[in-house]
Amino acid sequence: MDLTLKIWRQANAKAKGKFETYVVKDVSTESSFLEMLDILNNQLIHEGVDPVAFDHDCREGICGACSLRINGHAHGPETEITTCQLHMRNFKDGDTIVIEPWRSRAFPVIKDLVVDRTAYESILQAGGFVSVGTGGVPDANAIPIAKDDAEESMDAAACIGCGACAATCKNGSAMLFVAARVSSLAKLPQGQVEAARRAKAMVAKMDELGFGNCTNTGACQAECPKGITINHIARLNREYLKAKFRS
Amino acid sequence: MSGSIFTSSIGKKMFMSISGCILVLFLTFHMCMNLALVFSDEAYNAICGFLGANWYAVAATVLLAVVIVAHIALAIVLTIQNRKARGSIRYAVTKREPGVEWSSKNMLVLGIVVLLGLAFHLVHFWYKMMFAELAGAHEVLLGAAAVSPTDGAAIVRYYFAQWPYVLLYLVWFAAIWFHLTHGVWSMMHSLGLNSKVWFKRMKCISFIVATLIIGGFALCAIILFLQGNGLLPYPLF
Repeated sequence: MDLTLKIWRQANAKAKGKFETYVVKDVSTESSFLEMLDILNNQLIHEGVDPVAFDHDCREGICGACSLRINGHAHGPETEITTCQLHMRNFKDGDTIVIEPWRSRAFPVIKDLVVDRTAYESILQAGGFVSVGTGGVPDANAIPIAKDDAEESMDAAACIGCGACAATCKNGSAMLFVAARVSSLAKLPQGQVEAARRAKAMVAKMDELGFGNCTNTGACQAECPKGITINHIARLNREYLKAKFRS
Repeated sequence: MSGSIFTSSIGKKMFMSISGCILVLFLTFHMCMNLALVFSDEAYNAICGFLGANWYAVAATVLLAVVIVAHIALAIVLTIQNRKARGSIRYAVTKREPGVEWSSKNMLVLGIVVLLGLAFHLVHFWYKMMFAELAGAHEVLLGAAAVSPTDGAAIVRYYFAQWPYVLLYLVWFAAIWFHLTHGVWSMMHSLGLNSKVWFKRMKCISFIVATLIIGGFALCAIILFLQGNGLLPYPLF
């Protein structure tokens, strides 16, 4: 298949970017979206043009490194998959594909399609963890957890921190990410000890980093590659308000 | 470490929810009061008398005004912060995400339409009824005729007999309906009162609450118009 690509090119964080149009020919429908970009970059290198910078790592949909806003959708038009799992069979011969980086004040563009997602790391460092004393490995069944709680916790823990939620949200809000992290630990007994401190610290960090305020549009859950729902945002609201009123 | 609840994003949403909840309760009361007019002018005027120039009615009006101003001011603050957070460069291609309500993305626009309607509403009803009573006026002008500000039923019937007013009100009601379909469930969600099980139920409750309130208002407006033009008998029963 032959494709026309309109890709955001920006030399560095301070440079002014613009869309460039490229044509790639004979792309296999079996190749992944990132392999298609590899083919384009190979072509650009042969032409002596600077290749397009984009984030990628595991290419298995679990690391959260890949991003890209493809034809107006985070991670492309398919639901619940990351860009690396998107295959060219979802497009038609002769299609024009517009590829943009995440747009959010907290995710500044570093180069072309690569954005700085350190803000999510900072939120995690503020409280997205469980403190444990060192020592021997505890018995696996020492703390019984109800199946429903374990499943809901795991649903939230599926978050890969790719940033699609904040990049999609019209308010640039990181609530779905923070909610997933708070929720996955709030549903487990191990997370209870630091629950209040965690909710307060992570929300404060999120606000400090310049993310917007959630207005419950649900756009984030529609674009989340891991199918995380805004029910977790209700739990975060509950955890935060409970923590604030108790302190 | 954690900042004040007043400045935090979740805190602001909590105040948005509480103020919104008070406004929904007020709308419910107002709609019930209007329904009384459909059945009896005397009943409606009796309620108006209870809400006239009494200290508790004035106190409630002031509280309501404070809540409305707080709700609007917070909406403006949140919108400014959110636009800033979105960044200076917009996406070249935007698509509507599946399952996202139109109203949820246009709450401020809907709110502005509601506010304009409110200004219009206050000028020809509240100003001629409660305000006139407070100002000590003995009569207010309705076109060429003059009526007592305590005869709320006559004032309402005069305006709702005219189709342009009815039409404008129906447009206003539609904007409030859209605002409420998102607002009611969103209010519970922001307070943390939602879950996997309750999510769809909350949206359903939101739709029912919005439709009952706005349906009640619209029904009153239409019945008054039909009665005012001799198309329905008065009294109705």
